[in-house]
Amino acid sequence: MSQAQPAMPSQPDDAPGTEAVRVEGLHKSFGTFEVLRGIDLSVASHEVICLIGASGSGKSTLLRCMNLLEPIDSGRIILWGQDIAVEGQVDENLVRRQIGIVFQSFNLFPHMNVLANVTLAPIKALRVPRSTAEGEARTLLARFGLLDKELDYPDRLSGGQQQRVAIVRALAMHPRIMLLDEVTSALDPELVAEVLDVIRELAAAGMTMVIATHEMGFARDIANRVCFLADGLIVEQAPPAELFSAPKDERTQRFLRSIIEAGRLS
Amino acid sequence: MAEFRSGAGRDELLSVLQPTGAGGPGFIRGPRLLGGGRHSTVISTVSTVTFVAVFVAAFLFAPGSALVRRTFFSGSNMWRSLIGNHRAGLPGIGPALLLNIKMFLVAEVLILVLALVLALVRESTGPVMFPLRILATVYVDVFRGVPLLLVIYMVGFGMPALSIRYVSDQPLAVYGVTALVLSYSAYVSEVYRAGLHSVHRSQTMAARSLGLSRWTSTRYVVLPQAVRNIIPALLNDFISLQKDTALVGVLGAIEANQAAQIYGATTFNYSGFTTAAILFLILTIPLARFTDHLIAKDRNRRLAGALT
Repeated sequence: MSQAQPAMPSQPDDAPGTEAVRVEGLHKSFGTFEVLRGIDLSVASHEVICLIGASGSGKSTLLRCMNLLEPIDSGRIILWGQDIAVEGQVDENLVRRQIGIVFQSFNLFPHMNVLANVTLAPIKALRVPRSTAEGEARTLLARFGLLDKELDYPDRLSGGQQQRVAIVRALAMHPRIMLLDEVTSALDPELVAEVLDVIRELAAAGMTMVIATHEMGFARDIANRVCFLADGLIVEQAPPAELFSAPKDERTQRFLRSIIEAGRLS
Repeated sequence: MAEFRSGAGRDELLSVLQPTGAGGPGFIRGPRLLGGGRHSTVISTVSTVTFVAVFVAAFLFAPGSALVRRTFFSGSNMWRSLIGNHRAGLPGIGPALLLNIKMFLVAEVLILVLALVLALVRESTGPVMFPLRILATVYVDVFRGVPLLLVIYMVGFGMPALSIRYVSDQPLAVYGVTALVLSYSAYVSEVYRAGLHSVHRSQTMAARSLGLSRWTSTRYVVLPQAVRNIIPALLNDFISLQKDTALVGVLGAIEANQAAQIYGATTFNYSGFTTAAILFLILTIPLARFTDHLIAKDRNRRLAGALT
């Protein structure tokens, strides 16, 4: 895992503190159910933000809206100064090449081996020559201890390995931002650490990330800022030390108390 | 919770939870008439022999048995109808079957392509494709609804009657294949659609999230998985297609069924139909077994996947 920084995406042009994404007044309904009810969130370059909150609070939907997998009802999503939520005027494929997302259920392509999973998008979307794409893919796989799996099919891998491949697959597009949607929730407890380690490495490399998670200990360690969502709103946001030790909002306090009772946060 | 701790509620709960089989007769099964057990091989053999014996007896002792054996199962007639007689103008069913095979092979390829196009058009989104989507839907409705035999008549007699150069002076088999393709592509497009739907939406989402276009996602992510899921269903339709090439005989094309008909009309012996039936069985049974094999393999693969 310790090679000399090969192919690790980093953005030297993004000075720390530059705003990478800003979400303004985001509303999103599924039918009559309003999932997001006016989300405001600003993410700086190289910042790591953790979204916490009960299931159904809108964390996943927010992430999906941010890379245009879900159309939004109203509001703005500004990516490096450009509003990307204007329907019909933005090439969503170009947006998604900048914003990688990793899902709870991995969603690897079961009919392709690991190498093909990772190289498909660079070859077909970015028109990278196959040999170049495979070289880069191997470098990334090696970095995350997956090189010996390159010819395996997803069903031969453990959940942790599958999720690491999914992360590598997103990284292979050289995204400037990564969205992680409860990436450890579907994993057996003993496999969680290996995936969290990968995310820590990304954070250390300066990747801008928005992470929806139930791993409170992890959020406390890695986040620059933690946002607590409830009922489609960001109820409270603060640096982790502050939010976990002295939550201000009553709903945040109740949520953290139930987490501690369940033994998920020491 | 609280009400269960108090007397009445608790008794009620306990009575519901009372094991019902307590003090029962143990786990020894009584004798069974059907299936299972150490003697299954013996039982299945006896049962098979009995069934066959009953049917053979019914056939042999039926009042018209001798007549049927002579007109449908005459060995010499079966052989003569198979090879035909050139001088007497009798086409052989064996050589005629080659036309069925040719029609099947050509139609199969065209059906696979046309049906896929129809399915993709019907599954397309976006306003630009709207007229094509309507067209494809109407096409599928029409050709699934009209009996194949009528389509064969309409194409086989209609297109020559149009008197258009090239369109109207083709061999009969070409019209037959055209009719088969028109009809079957409507069915097979629905099989494709079922296959496309069988691939979970999260696969498309994963592909699109990587910046792949809608078409690229379909082409490289959804379609390969869809086709894998529908191979047994496709083969099933092709077994059916192999047989239905016999319907093209109604146009006068000399395929196996038509050759058998000619033999019967000439000799007043219908053993040719038996010959044709046996030849079709020889064609279709291997494909049927191959389909079973693929289904079993697929099931094992899924089971293995579920266990790991």
